[in-house]
Amino acid sequence: MSKIIVMTSGKGGVGKTTSSAAFATGLALRGFKTVVIDFDVGLRNLDLVMGCERRVVFDFINVINGEAKLNQALIKDKRIENLYILPTSQTRDKDALTREGVEKVLNELSKDFDYILCDSPAGIERGALMSLYFADHAIIVTNPEVSSVRDSDRILGVLNSRSRRAEQGLEPVTQQLLLTRYDPERVEKGEMLKVDDVLEILAIPLLGVIPESQAVLRASNVGMPVILDEVSNAGLAYSDAVGRFLGEDIEHRFVTPQKKGLFSRLLRRSA
Amino acid sequence: MSSASQVAERDVPFQLRGNSFTMMVLKVFAPTSPNFFTQLNVKVRQAPNFFHNAPVVLDFDDLPESVVFDLGAFVAQVQALHLLPVGFQGGPQPVREAAMAVGLTPMPSGRAAKLEEVVKAPDPRQPDQQAPIAAPQVLIEVVHRPTLVVTEPVRSGMRVYAEKTDLIVTSSVSPGAELLADGNIHVYGALRGRALAGFSGDTNARIFCHSLEAEVLSVAGNYRVSEDIGSDFYKKAVQVFLRDGVLSMDLLKTG
Repeated sequence: MSKIIVMTSGKGGVGKTTSSAAFATGLALRGFKTVVIDFDVGLRNLDLVMGCERRVVFDFINVINGEAKLNQALIKDKRIENLYILPTSQTRDKDALTREGVEKVLNELSKDFDYILCDSPAGIERGALMSLYFADHAIIVTNPEVSSVRDSDRILGVLNSRSRRAEQGLEPVTQQLLLTRYDPERVEKGEMLKVDDVLEILAIPLLGVIPESQAVLRASNVGMPVILDEVSNAGLAYSDAVGRFLGEDIEHRFVTPQKKGLFSRLLRRSA
Repeated sequence: MSSASQVAERDVPFQLRGNSFTMMVLKVFAPTSPNFFTQLNVKVRQAPNFFHNAPVVLDFDDLPESVVFDLGAFVAQVQALHLLPVGFQGGPQPVREAAMAVGLTPMPSGRAAKLEEVVKAPDPRQPDQQAPIAAPQVLIEVVHRPTLVVTEPVRSGMRVYAEKTDLIVTSSVSPGAELLADGNIHVYGALRGRALAGFSGDTNARIFCHSLEAEVLSVAGNYRVSEDIGSDFYKKAVQVFLRDGVLSMDLLKTG
């Protein structure tokens, strides 16, 4: 039985797609057969971040509408065994997502995959609702600033009331926080919220803190999930988060500013 | 002008109207049982006021076809317990005829409500206590409406309304969340959202919170936004209430 994970945030631009790509890759690297689905119909991005944009023929919406078979739309990653991408349509809109259609595709995927990762669009409308409806587990992506925290809080409320598990009175969707774009130096200066401030408001367990890193943008631009960048702090932090997700006990790092010796200055520049 | 005097002014000596009455039904299973009246007596004594001169309908539906008993004597014994048999329903033909002969009215079969709970309701230690018929259940609802208790965090965008009662939240209330109660509001986590007590106008309602960080506080429409709350109360345990019609705040003593 596969597990359905939704990567969601409410707010846009906080790193859902980056985190989805990294997380799916991390799960596949650890041997789990994983598929990552782009729910951002009309604003297709996941394929770019995963570096498979030139191989998209059919998409998620084609499968929902019965215009293509699932294995025609699934794209197998060239780098990692066990990793598949289900891209979305750039020409349609969120209304193309029907609950029945999404359920049908998820049911079919769950026969083959260990993990199904749903990359949610921003907002709390149809696209986001469809991406979280069937979830067993939610990863809430939040930046350390007040508007992102408030929107994450809102999406947690939506998960608790409008997911399938909530509607059917099943075990609630488990929820974990992924704090991204965290800059310990700016936190120290009081320009960003501290980890604890965010946790106090959201009151859910912390899955990981991803430090602000130039490696993220660089990786996105070349279509490589940042987790594959094994020298970057962001890549390592994602790797830790995947480990924690799977139940490993890993200490949080990159939450306090690093001491600045000459050596680390050089290292940081290259990282 | 009342309807009674309207009737009086008209030139008719009566008016026929439909009405419905609630009556007890005495289901008769074994009228010849030697224990019948001793047991009925025990039941009646549990709530004498309730049963005194209460009209009852005798239900013969469950009598065996072959039953033979003296209906006149039976009715007299029921009357001796201060119950007033006024009608009957069901039963074998001979029993029906006998019932008509002693002046009981054949009733169309109605929908029976279980009386057993109501009979048990009066306190046996105070047998003379006034025991209203259907009132207990209704009264319970009016006198005590259960408080709405929320144990999960109240998230941004959520709205909780405790209609005609109090609201207790044992965890935190996020910014952008809204609590409404016709009664009091208690928050045992941090109150960071809005809290509106006495929502339907109860000026005695209050808000109690463990850590006051609210966006808006209101009692019976008198409100204060977070800008006006003042740093003396920020993140403190506070109660909010109306003092001479003005929204006031007091620190709560804790520990």
